[in-house]
Parts: sequence; structure tokens; C-alpha cells
Amino acid sequence: MKAYERVMQARNSHRAMGLFYIQRLLSNFVEMHGDRRYSDDGAIVGGIGLLNDMPVTIIAMERGSTVEERVKRNFGCPSPEGYRKALRLMKQAEKFHRPVICLIDTSGAYCGIGAEERGQGQAIAENLMEMMTLKTPVLSVVIGEGGSGGALALGVADSVIMLENAVYSVISPEGCASILWKDASKAAEAAEVLKITAHDLKKRGIIETVIPEENRTNEEICDDLKAELLKRLEKSAKLPVSKLLEERYNRYRKIGL
Amino acid sequence: MFGLGKTREPENLDVLMTCKACAEQTTYGTLLQNAMVCPSCGAYMRMRARERIDLIMDEGSFSEMDKGLKSKNILSFPEYDEKIQKAMETSGENEAVVCGIGSIEGVKTAIFVMDSHFMMGSMGTVVGEKITRLFERALKDALPVIGFTTSGGARMQEGMFSLMQMAKVSGAVKRHSDAGLLYIAVLTDPTTGGVTASFAMEADITVAEPNALVGFAGQRVIEQTTGQKLPEGFQRSEFLLKHGFVDLIEERKKLKYTLSKILKLHR
Repeated sequence: MKAYERVMQARNSHRAMGLFYIQRLLSNFVEMHGDRRYSDDGAIVGGIGLLNDMPVTIIAMERGSTVEERVKRNFGCPSPEGYRKALRLMKQAEKFHRPVICLIDTSGAYCGIGAEERGQGQAIAENLMEMMTLKTPVLSVVIGEGGSGGALALGVADSVIMLENAVYSVISPEGCASILWKDASKAAEAAEVLKITAHDLKKRGIIETVIPEENRTNEEICDDLKAELLKRLEKSAKLPVSKLLEERYNRYRKIGL
Repeated sequence: MFGLGKTREPENLDVLMTCKACAEQTTYGTLLQNAMVCPSCGAYMRMRARERIDLIMDEGSFSEMDKGLKSKNILSFPEYDEKIQKAMETSGENEAVVCGIGSIEGVKTAIFVMDSHFMMGSMGTVVGEKITRLFERALKDALPVIGFTTSGGARMQEGMFSLMQMAKVSGAVKRHSDAGLLYIAVLTDPTTGGVTASFAMEADITVAEPNALVGFAGQRVIEQTTGQKLPEGFQRSEFLLKHGFVDLIEERKKLKYTLSKILKLHR
């Protein structure tokens, strides 16, 4: 499949989204709201639940599958308060020694006047710093679109998993095409050169695992993902925290040179 | 704010540069004497990394690190090789950041200075690597870090490798911070995108130059997304100060004094 076909798949409004995965991955899910600073961001859903018999904190971006839902979720574009809610729940997870699972699905952090006034850049930056030393296992999964810094704000983890038709990019293919060729309609070409598919990124060591999607139902994909999460959490549970953090640092340290 | 002089060779000190704010012409030599501030209207020119180092560091104290690191076209991205080549020629630098160790009024400090004359200060793997190495060196030698930011954000041409530099540098900043060491960021015009969403906003003390554009999203993108007209002064230093995201705004000519004062309060 061409890269841009996967972009279209990732953005498809019928695709399974954050809430679907939360509900199928976990039992006894309890949602928690608010950043304790300003408000509650509907674009990010967070809470605790059981992954088999293990309590975990889950934080998911949610785009919304109906018109009303999309408005409530701001089309999955988080504001600073969403990233701050996420960080609050991560700190809570650290305190109670629960692993953190982040589900990424956004075209990007929200571009608005209020988001800038409340420090969109600062909110993302703080998450990058704090996630790097969060003293509990962190796994991130790109389930749909991984839109640049707004996605990375939930993407500093021990391992990053991608669904096969998810994409993860520094810039949208349309944005790239309009800068490079002054023509947003060349997005398909931009999608190829940016190397944004799960397979491309695995080959380059940016992510660890690809969960196959071809000929699989959403339920089957989710169950495969669950098995992968359990396997990885079992492995990190054996590591002392200092080793876990050392490996997380080195995971990013080695990217590039 | 000005037309650019090509290099900082002494013979070019007589080159006339035009202020984009007031159209007044001034020689490069006079501008250098005036910290690259227009003598007639006070507008700030975007400084080259080495001009900044000359302005801030004690004379002869700066010793550069990793000067030789050059970007490679890791994704075989179209037109990137030519862009790097052109950026090296016009900026006289190998990359968009200069890093090293020196002293400010006698206080030894690690410093990085980004340069918008190299591909708009965009961050690819070399920029990320150089800044990471600087923080790691500062951690090892227990030095404070001062960082001058100016950037259009993560460098598109290196794809996800660029985005990952945000996490990589943030990790190094965090280790330096957890060791109780000081990091001062100085935000200069313009600081946007992935740099704002990482190390520009991770300092203990955040200083900004007056009227510098500092934000996450681009102004045109915000206008297109929201259909709203942006308020006067939106994403300028004074706007960030008002909303609580910078500690202080300092004039360029007083920066060295203010930075040294802060450094000395941490000894």
C-alpha cells in the first residue's frame, strides 16, 4: 500500500479510535478528568483500569466518531490542558506504581489563540522532559495519525508500537507538499519521501513493533495489541527502575547519529 | 529585520545594510558596534551565532565543540543536499547551531547559539546531537548552560529523525536539571514549532529579547484553522510575559550583564 493510502486509512472516520481501544483493552475502566490548572480537554481521555489483572493508567487521544463527538473532542487536537491532564495522570501512575499506556491519534496539537496563550509549546515540552524520567514503564501506541509534536507529547516511552496503517510524521504530507512544491495536492508524493509508515519507521529504528492490520477485524487488531503490551510490560517489570530509565534515555539518545 | 551581509570578514564592515523597519542604511561595522540594533529606529536584527557569541562571551574565552558535524541526507529527500550546501555558503556555518564552552564575566558556562541564517534554524539530527552533547558535557563538568534559541522548528527534510531530536534533547536537559544544574534559555526572534515545544521551554530561567516572535503554531496556520484575526502583539515576547511563559524580557545590550548576574547568583 502506498504511504498516502495509509494516511487516508489513518484519518478515516470509521477507523477504531481511542475509546474503542480503551474499552476493549481494559476492564473496570474509570475515567478521570481535568488538569487541575484550567479545564478538561475532551481530545484526551485518561483513566485507570485492568489490563488482564494488572492496574494500568491509560491516556488516549480521541477524535470522535460522530459529529457531536468530534466537536466535543475538538477533532482529536489536544490543547495545553489536555497535555497537562495527561502528565497529571502519569505522575499519579508513577506514585501508585502503575504502568502507563498512551494511545496516539491526532493530526496535531490544536492551533488556536487560546492554546498559544496557555502555552501549547511549554505543555508539550514539559511532557517530553517528565516522561523521560517517569519512574514506571511507559508504552506508546500510534493507533491512527501521529501528527508531529502534538503526538510526540504522549510518545516518549520505553517502546513505541504502531498499527500497520497508522502514520507518524514531523509534518502533514499536505503541509510538506505546500512548502516543498508550493502545491498541497502533491501530498501523496510528500507522504512517500517523508517515510511515515509503520514499516518505514520500524526499518529505521524509530519504532519497535508493527501490529498487522491486513484482513484483521478491529477486535483482532486490538487483541494482538493487548498481547504485545502484556509481553512488553512483563519484560519491563523485571527491570530495576534505574535500568528502565537508562534504556529509555538511550532509546532516544541513539536516534540520528 | 535587515538585509544580510554575506560574511563577517573585516573587509565587509563597510557594507551598507538596510533596516527593514525604517529603511535607514547603516554599515555592518556600525551595526556590530551597536549589537546589531538599528541606530535610527531601534529594531533588532536577527544575529548570526558568532556575532552573538562575540557579544555575550568574554573575549577569547569561547572554545567550540563539534564544529565539524555536518548533516547528511538520510532520507534522500528531494533538494535537501542543495539546501544544505547553500545554507553553508550563505551562513558560513556547518549547521544551524554553534555550541561550546566559555566564560561570561568570568563565570565558566556551556553555551549553544542557534542561527536562523542556516535553514531558518531548523532542527535536524545534527542540531539535536550537538545540543544533546553540550548538555551531557555540561552535566559531566557541572556547568550551567545558556541557550539562545531561534528556529522555524523541526527540519522537515529529515522526517521523523528530526521530530525525535525534541525527545533526545529534552532527555539531556532533564538529566542536567536533575543534577541541580542551571539552564537559562534566551528566546530570540523567531522561536517556533518543535524548538518551542522542547528545549526553548525547558529552562529554569527563561529570558526573551523584546518583540521576539515565540510560539508553537505558525500565525497563518492559526488564522486558517480558527478563521479569527490574531490580536495585536500575538506570540511576541511581551505576550508571553503577560501570559506567564517567560521570566523576563531584556534588551540586547544589557543581556550579558543580566545573564552574568543570574549566573553569579547560582555559584
